[in-house]
Amino acid sequence: MKHTLKTLMATTAFAAITAQAAAATELEFYFPVAVGGDAAAVIEGMTDAYMAANPDVTIDAIYTGSYADTTTRAITAARGGNAPQLAILLSTDMFAMIDEDLVLPWDDFLTAAEMESWIGGFYPAFMRNSQTDGKTWGIPFQRSTPVIYWNKEAFAAAGLDPDTAPATWDDMVAYGTALTLRDDSGSVTQWGVRIPSSGFPSWLFTGLVASNGQDGLANTAGTEVYFDTPEVVGALEYLVSLAAEHEIMAPGILDWGATPRAFLDGESAIIWTTTGNLTNIRSNATFDFGVGMLPANVRPGAPTGGGNFYLMKGSDDEQTLAAIDFVKWATAPEQAADWSIATGYVAPREDTWETERMQAYAAEVPGALVAREQLAYAVPELSTFEGPRITQIMNDNIAAAIVGDKTPAQAMADAQDAADAVLSIYR
Amino acid sequence: MFRRDWLIALAFLAPALILLFGFTHYPAIQTVIDSFWSTARGRRPAVFVGWDNYARMVQDEIFRRAMINNAIYAAITIPASVALALAMALFVQSRILGRGFLRLAYFTPTVLPLIAVANIWLFFYLPGFGLFEQLRGWAGLSPRNWIGSPDTALYAVTAVTVWAQAGFFMIFYLAALQTIPPSLREAAAIEGCSPLTFFRRVTWPLIMPTTLFISVNATINAFRTVDHIFVMTQGGPNNASMLLLYYIYEQGFRFWDTAYASALTVVMVVLLALVGIGQFFWLDRKVHYR
Repeated sequence: MKHTLKTLMATTAFAAITAQAAAATELEFYFPVAVGGDAAAVIEGMTDAYMAANPDVTIDAIYTGSYADTTTRAITAARGGNAPQLAILLSTDMFAMIDEDLVLPWDDFLTAAEMESWIGGFYPAFMRNSQTDGKTWGIPFQRSTPVIYWNKEAFAAAGLDPDTAPATWDDMVAYGTALTLRDDSGSVTQWGVRIPSSGFPSWLFTGLVASNGQDGLANTAGTEVYFDTPEVVGALEYLVSLAAEHEIMAPGILDWGATPRAFLDGESAIIWTTTGNLTNIRSNATFDFGVGMLPANVRPGAPTGGGNFYLMKGSDDEQTLAAIDFVKWATAPEQAADWSIATGYVAPREDTWETERMQAYAAEVPGALVAREQLAYAVPELSTFEGPRITQIMNDNIAAAIVGDKTPAQAMADAQDAADAVLSIYR
Repeated sequence: MFRRDWLIALAFLAPALILLFGFTHYPAIQTVIDSFWSTARGRRPAVFVGWDNYARMVQDEIFRRAMINNAIYAAITIPASVALALAMALFVQSRILGRGFLRLAYFTPTVLPLIAVANIWLFFYLPGFGLFEQLRGWAGLSPRNWIGSPDTALYAVTAVTVWAQAGFFMIFYLAALQTIPPSLREAAAIEGCSPLTFFRRVTWPLIMPTTLFISVNATINAFRTVDHIFVMTQGGPNNASMLLLYYIYEQGFRFWDTAYASALTVVMVVLLALVGIGQFFWLDRKVHYR
């Protein structure tokens, strides 16, 4: 009996404490995970650390699947009147979120000094898909660029210098030819190159377009696309030729998700994928590998990608201010360094790279620096109004060219027509 | 007195009626209404557009592709999974060694979520190092990219569906086979009839109602289950494996064109209703030998 009473008292005391905590500001925060590794645990560790330092705020970090699932869930919740305060969505979702009237610009809550020191501290390449119409809609966080990973052992076996990455399109074809191995019956046992084409082929394709000399695929207002230029058609012709003409890449559509596996299993000697896979590959590779910039043609180039923090409408002022404070904390050098090291995402601010931890990490894993150096040549990922639909039009036509249903020129002309039809009402 | 009975009846029926109306009838009616309006965006309210969404379908090449694909998909999955289910049921019905284990093995795919099944099959199909590719490699055949080529993608996902649902249908056949009176088999044995004749003249007619039930289910599944498309192909390459329901999902929840998705949904429901009504009214008479 005495024991029961004690338990009862303890439970009541505990309930009182939690009730008090519940009176504090409560935030809901949706986050996706798009790469291997343990990014979800890292995010939860961050929110726990923030709550420990700020006991009057509770953050409910909700893992919401892929980027597409997270967007679906955020829009559905907002329409139902239960929007989270914060969500990490694709930076390219900016126009859709503006069009749906679901997000707030960050600028309205920041002083001029904060605009300068905080917003101004992010790499400009990342801000190109975070600002439009003179306002800031996204805070770069889960950002990446595509890089190439190459298998040094396979390079050495093929008689190539294991420490030199293919620097140009021609290099990649030459290296790829040396790296493609066939058995006696003519079946390929190791492919030279793998540029995945399921999931979001337009992203990696933007890298080819950038290195072919075109600054992205759309205007900054999100109302015009440039799909049928000679630069774009040339990029697609090169992509198609890797499998069709040079036979250094497997034919057909290559799965995005299986690409790290293909590299780790030695199926492909060079792969193109996000720098966000760095930690995953680093912890699972049984061989020495290198990380390099995307090969250049007219110039070096790569698209930025990944997710931003969005401030959702529908919260009270206290919640909004707490959400902003959390994001400021999460992008501060120490936290951003932890995040970058744990996942491989590019630290989005210069000051993060100056921390001791980041310096030590960069010395240990030089591959981590590649994505940052590549930012100097980065172009924005395809982002427009009706973004998913426009991207799908692009993806379908890239796929059509890869599988040989259309010529590259025909595919891009069709894509331009279809995209113009969708975007005309926004002009 | 009469009124009181009615009130009591209504009180008992109310919870079920409210749920049924709230989650089935109301959304269905709302979908039909929405299909005549444009999609609302945050900055633009919906406007009445009449038959525009339906007119758009006529022009929509991807919709046409999805309809053709779905027809092929249904034409393969329905007979194939029914035939496979029957074959498996007949096999594990007979007295063989390890019967319980075999039944369990055949039923396993049903227990697995289709998403997990699709992930497993995704790796079977991977060009170069997937299971099928290894087998083809030993046989000296050149590798193929099953889900990445437009000629094979639809059939690759179709195979997954057949594999995943045949085990479930087997259970119904197994139950039906066990209701066949043993006296019939004994009588047939005395008459000296062959197993094949027995199947054709006795077993098959007696399990016809089960076949009808299964084929109705398989028809609905042919339009309803698209989980594996999400994992394996996302409708690609270039819409080669696009199915109607996945297209509705894409329009509704990826492009947020809810009005067009509503119109597509109405078309799909009408189509399914016609097929279902046809199967029940036409086939039902035949299988019950009236």
